[in-house]
Amino acid sequence: MRNPYLVQISWLAALAALLVALPLLVGNYALSVATLILYFAYTGQAWNVMMGFAGQLSLGHALYVGVGAYAAGSLFFHYGVGPWAGVWLAIALCVALGLVIGFLAFRFRISGVYFALLTIAFAEFTRIGFDHFAWTGGPGGMFLRVAQRDTWDVANFRGPPLMYYYAMLFLAIAAFALCAWLLRSRAGYYWQAIRENEEAAQALGINTFRWKLLAVAISAAMTAVAGVFFAFYYNNLFPEQIFHISRSIEIILGPVIGGVGTLFGPVLGAAVLTLLSDGITEVLAFAGVEMPGIKQVFYGVVLLAVVMFLPHGIWPALAKRLRL
Amino acid sequence: MPALDLVANVVVSGILTGLVYGLMALGLSVIFGVVRVVNFAHGEMMTIAMYAATALFIALKLDPFVAMLPIAAAFFVFGYALQTALINPFITRPEHSQFMLLVAVAIILVNAMLMIFGPDARNVQVDYQLESYELGPLLLDKGRLLAAAAAVIAAAGLFAFFRYTLTGKAIRACADNYLGARVVGLNVKHLYALTFGLGAVCVAIAGCAMVLLVDVTPPLGPAYTLLAFVIVIVGGLGSMGGALLGGVLIGVSEALAGLFIAPSAKSMFSFGLLILVLLLRPQGLLGRRA
Repeated sequence: MRNPYLVQISWLAALAALLVALPLLVGNYALSVATLILYFAYTGQAWNVMMGFAGQLSLGHALYVGVGAYAAGSLFFHYGVGPWAGVWLAIALCVALGLVIGFLAFRFRISGVYFALLTIAFAEFTRIGFDHFAWTGGPGGMFLRVAQRDTWDVANFRGPPLMYYYAMLFLAIAAFALCAWLLRSRAGYYWQAIRENEEAAQALGINTFRWKLLAVAISAAMTAVAGVFFAFYYNNLFPEQIFHISRSIEIILGPVIGGVGTLFGPVLGAAVLTLLSDGITEVLAFAGVEMPGIKQVFYGVVLLAVVMFLPHGIWPALAKRLRL
Repeated sequence: MPALDLVANVVVSGILTGLVYGLMALGLSVIFGVVRVVNFAHGEMMTIAMYAATALFIALKLDPFVAMLPIAAAFFVFGYALQTALINPFITRPEHSQFMLLVAVAIILVNAMLMIFGPDARNVQVDYQLESYELGPLLLDKGRLLAAAAAVIAAAGLFAFFRYTLTGKAIRACADNYLGARVVGLNVKHLYALTFGLGAVCVAIAGCAMVLLVDVTPPLGPAYTLLAFVIVIVGGLGSMGGALLGGVLIGVSEALAGLFIAPSAKSMFSFGLLILVLLLRPQGLLGRRA
C-alpha cells in the first residue's frame, strides 16, 4: 500500500533536512547558488498564487519586488530603521498597489493578454518614476551601508552569507506551506474554479471580483517580502535593474518551467533553471569560450525545448513518472 | 517656454518618427489580429533588421532603402518558418505558454545579436542624412522624411493586400472566424504563417528605416517590444489604422515630453497613456469591441 500523501511528506522532510544541513556540506559559492534557487522558488511560489491558482497572468511582478525593496531600503537608508519594521511598510505598499491595479483591471473587465500588458505597463511606469525620484537616488541607485559581514546582526538583517541562506530557506518553506494550505482552503477552491471557468464560477455564486483581488493581494504581499530580502542581500538598488521586465520574466520562468499551478513546480523550476544557468557558465569556462551572449543563447534553447515538449512543465511529467 | 517654431519642428519630427513606429506596431497588430498570439519577440526582430541594415551598409555600401528589399524577403521567410515550426503548435495553448515560447525566442535572438555584433552601438551614415528641406519655419530632415515615406508606402501596400487580394481576404476570414475558414476549405496554418511573414516584413522595413534615425544596440530589442505593445493597445489591437495612429501619437508625445520635461521621462508618458487607454477604452482608439 502506497499512500501518495505520506510519500510526498517524507520526501519533503528529507529535502528540508538536507537543505538545513547544506551549509555543513558545501562552500560559500554553492551556498550563494542555493540562496538564489530558494529566492526564485519563493518568488515563483508568490507568482503562482496569482497565475497558477487564480489564473491571472501577471508579467509585471518586478513591480512588487522593486517597491518592496525600495520601501524597506529607504527606511534603512534614511532613518536607520531595520527591515523588521520595513517589511511591514513594504507589504502594505505592495498590497495597496496590487489592489489598485487589480481593482481597476477587474472593474473594467480587463483580462487575458490585456491584463498581462497592464501589469507590464504599471511596472514600467514605476521604473521610470523611480528613475526621476531623487529621494531614492534616481537612476544613480541607492546603496545600503554594508556592515561587518562576520557577525549576525539580526535586528538590522546584516550578516554573513549563512544568515541570508537560512532566512531564504525559512521564507521558501513558509511560502510552500502557505501555498499548500491555500490550495486546500476555500479560497484555493474558488480560485481554481475561477481559473478554469470564470463565468461558471460566477454563476455558482462566487464573487469572482473579490477572490481575484485576494489572490493579487497575497501574491503582492509575498513578493514584497522577497523585495526586502533583495535590498538587504544585494545592498544596492537601481530602478533600471530591479523593475526591468527581464526581472519579471525571471520570476515567471521557474513556475512555468516547473509546472504552473503546482506546489513543487516553482521549486523544481527554480532549481533547474539556476543550476542550468550556472552549469552553462561552468562548461563554457571549462571549454575556454568567452563570448558575450553565448550563455543566454544556450539557456534560451533549453527553455524553448522545455516549453515545446513539456507543455505542463517538468514537475507534472516527473510526478507521473515517479508515480507520486 | 520654447519658441513656437521649435515646438512645431519637434511635433513634425515626432510625427515622422511615429510613422516608422506605427509600421513596426502594424506588424504586431496584424499578427495578433489574425493568429491571436502576442509576439513578445517583436522588438528583437526589429533590432535584427536594424543590424542587418548596418551590416549590409558596411559590407556592401548598400543604402538602407535598397537593403530593405533583401532584408524584407529574408524576414518573410523567417516569419513564415517561425510560425510553421514553433507557433502553429502553440495556437491552442494557454497564453502564458505562448508567452514563454516567444520569450525564449526573444532571448535567443537578442543574445545571438550580442554574440555576432557585440554590445557597441552601430549606425549607418549616408550623405543625405545631413540634408534637410526648409518649409517655412519647418526644417525637415531628408533621412527622417524618407523613413516616414517608406513606412507609409509599406503600410498602404499592406492595406491594399488585405482589402483587394483573394489571399488577403482569406486571411481576414481566418481572423473573423477560425472554424468557418476551415469549413470552407482554407488552409489556415498556411495563412497564419503567411500573416506572420507579412508582420515580419513590416518589422524589416521599419527596422531599415529606423537605422537612419537611431543607433542600434542589443538592449533596444526589449524596449521596442514594449513600445510596440503600447502603440497597438493605444491604437487598438488588431486594427491596422489604429497601429499607425498610435505610432504617430506615441511619436509626438515622446518628442514633446523630451522637449518639455526630460528625454529620459519620455516613455513614462507612453505607459501612462497605455494605462489610461486600457482602463477607459480597452479596445483602443480605433479598435472594435470584441
